[in-house]
Amino acid sequence: MTELVLPHHAAGRRIPLIGEAAIALAFAAAGALGYFLFPDDLAFLTRLIGIAFLVLSLDLVTGYCGIATLGHAALFGGAAYAVGAACIRGISDPFALLAIGLCSGAVLGLVSGALISRFRGLPQLVLSIAIGQLVAGLANKLQWLTGGSDGLSGLEPGKVFGVFGFDMYSRTAFLLSFTVLAITFLLLRRVVNSPFGLMCRGIKDDSLRARMMGASIYPRFVIMYGIAGAVAGLGGALTAMSTGVVGLDSVSFERSAEVLVMLVLGGAGHLWGALIGSVIFMLFEHIVAAANPFHWMTLVGLLLILIVVFAPRGLIGPLTALCARLFSREKKT
Amino acid sequence: MGLVLSILTDALAYGMVLFIISIGLSIMMGLMRVVNLAHGAFAMIGGYLASYAMRNLGVDYGVAILIAVLGAIAASVPFELLLYRRIYRNADPLIQVLMTIGITFFIIGIVNFVFGPTVKSIPLPAALNGPADLGFRMIPTHRLFVIACGVVTALGLWWLVEKTEFGIRLRAAVDNSGMADALGIRTEIVYGATFALAIGLGAFGGVVGAEILPIEPFYALRYMVTFLVVVSVGGAGSILGALSASMLLGLADTTGKYLAPEFGEFFFYLAVIVTVVLFPHGLLGKAHA
Repeated sequence: MTELVLPHHAAGRRIPLIGEAAIALAFAAAGALGYFLFPDDLAFLTRLIGIAFLVLSLDLVTGYCGIATLGHAALFGGAAYAVGAACIRGISDPFALLAIGLCSGAVLGLVSGALISRFRGLPQLVLSIAIGQLVAGLANKLQWLTGGSDGLSGLEPGKVFGVFGFDMYSRTAFLLSFTVLAITFLLLRRVVNSPFGLMCRGIKDDSLRARMMGASIYPRFVIMYGIAGAVAGLGGALTAMSTGVVGLDSVSFERSAEVLVMLVLGGAGHLWGALIGSVIFMLFEHIVAAANPFHWMTLVGLLLILIVVFAPRGLIGPLTALCARLFSREKKT
Repeated sequence: MGLVLSILTDALAYGMVLFIISIGLSIMMGLMRVVNLAHGAFAMIGGYLASYAMRNLGVDYGVAILIAVLGAIAASVPFELLLYRRIYRNADPLIQVLMTIGITFFIIGIVNFVFGPTVKSIPLPAALNGPADLGFRMIPTHRLFVIACGVVTALGLWWLVEKTEFGIRLRAAVDNSGMADALGIRTEIVYGATFALAIGLGAFGGVVGAEILPIEPFYALRYMVTFLVVVSVGGAGSILGALSASMLLGLADTTGKYLAPEFGEFFFYLAVIVTVVLFPHGLLGKAHA
């Protein structure tokens, strides 16, 4: 996606934090909508939020750094297993578990980033797959820690703030996940618009020119991988806590491929794109895959081909173009 | 001694299957620089076609192989014309990965819709069924057949690439596509022929290797990684590289399965990571500009 150029407007004098406040409001509205309109589907919505973390994390690596990876579920699943193992061994405070997920995700991200971002093209892809499979293999074999093919089940995290317990309707889990997602999204927006984030995007668009400017590529990519790992780790931790189980599917190759599809569907290189993609994909999967998994695969494949050929910027592309046009027309009049 | 011999024959047969299927992918990557994740999907089409031809139409094993190879090539033509042409040589890896994964999912869905989502067996003819006596040891005839197929494929490809007019054009296009074009070599035709050759080899390998890598609904996804790893370890575009990588990985995997079944896959991928980090362009591959 080399032709993808994102305009960046330096922020003028405005009320400080107004953008953040608007986004927080939008999130609150969407959360309230989900909470009150679909009170029976909160478990599914919580699962969706967990995956959205992973897609956001992949966006940081693939969308902003241009690293093609097919092993990203390793970060998510690794953190989920860490949280599960800690929870079974008696750490039950949800925030402590979240911190464990975040840290283990970040460590996994730094390690795999240090290996993967050294290369480009085929070696990079194969390394990312091999790391993903390595983690999956470990999760399957280290039975004393991960429960092997049965996974970890019966996780019972404690009450949030000592008041709100995790119930069978996933109310607490949904609200907690949603709040964490909103905060993470706001922070990530800062990260990708910071000089560091802009430099990563610049390296992706033209790494030779970036090197000529004196930017060192490798450390930036490793740091970005670490941040992405932390985000994926949060998602893994929230999923483990809300469902109470951690299984091999959370580290599987299919999971890695699916989140890549979600990201591209929404639009790589754009945080909103990652969210939109995960929501649309998961909703469709919820409805279609239940009917016939092979029709679902055909549809996903067709969709992916169509997107790559006709809308390489994802669904967010036309949307942002529309916004830009409205914005410029406003300016002219 | 017996154990070592059975490990070696199994490893050799497994490695040959890997070689026959992956060499097409390797040539494609060397010439067109396309990371074709859908290669296994075309091998799967071949397997499904052969199974259908033998069990429902009642044809011979040899005819079934022919049907599978030609059928897979025919099925791949629209994909080549409409999709692969766009990503030859100049697209970035992410686009290639996405498009070929899309093609894989699409083919898996369609093939299982048409032929039904069950494991497809390809019955062996009587001549290949049963053990063969080598004088000092009995080994399954099918293993011998697969090894022979692999050797013939390798020699045939070597002859094609090194000794024929087409091979000269192919090597010219690999080394410098623009210059080959300027000298009057029709590179689109070379690309098209290579694509068909690659798919045909994939389908051939899928059919003769069905005893070792069973044809099942998620074949394309399950072995996608394995084929890609062979190419990456051997080096894209190198016949000898793909052959040695297939043998090496076949040996590592088979030995692992015999001696330490609970940790086989783990060491396999650890070996892959170490090899790729040490030799990013593969054991015998050249760096492409």
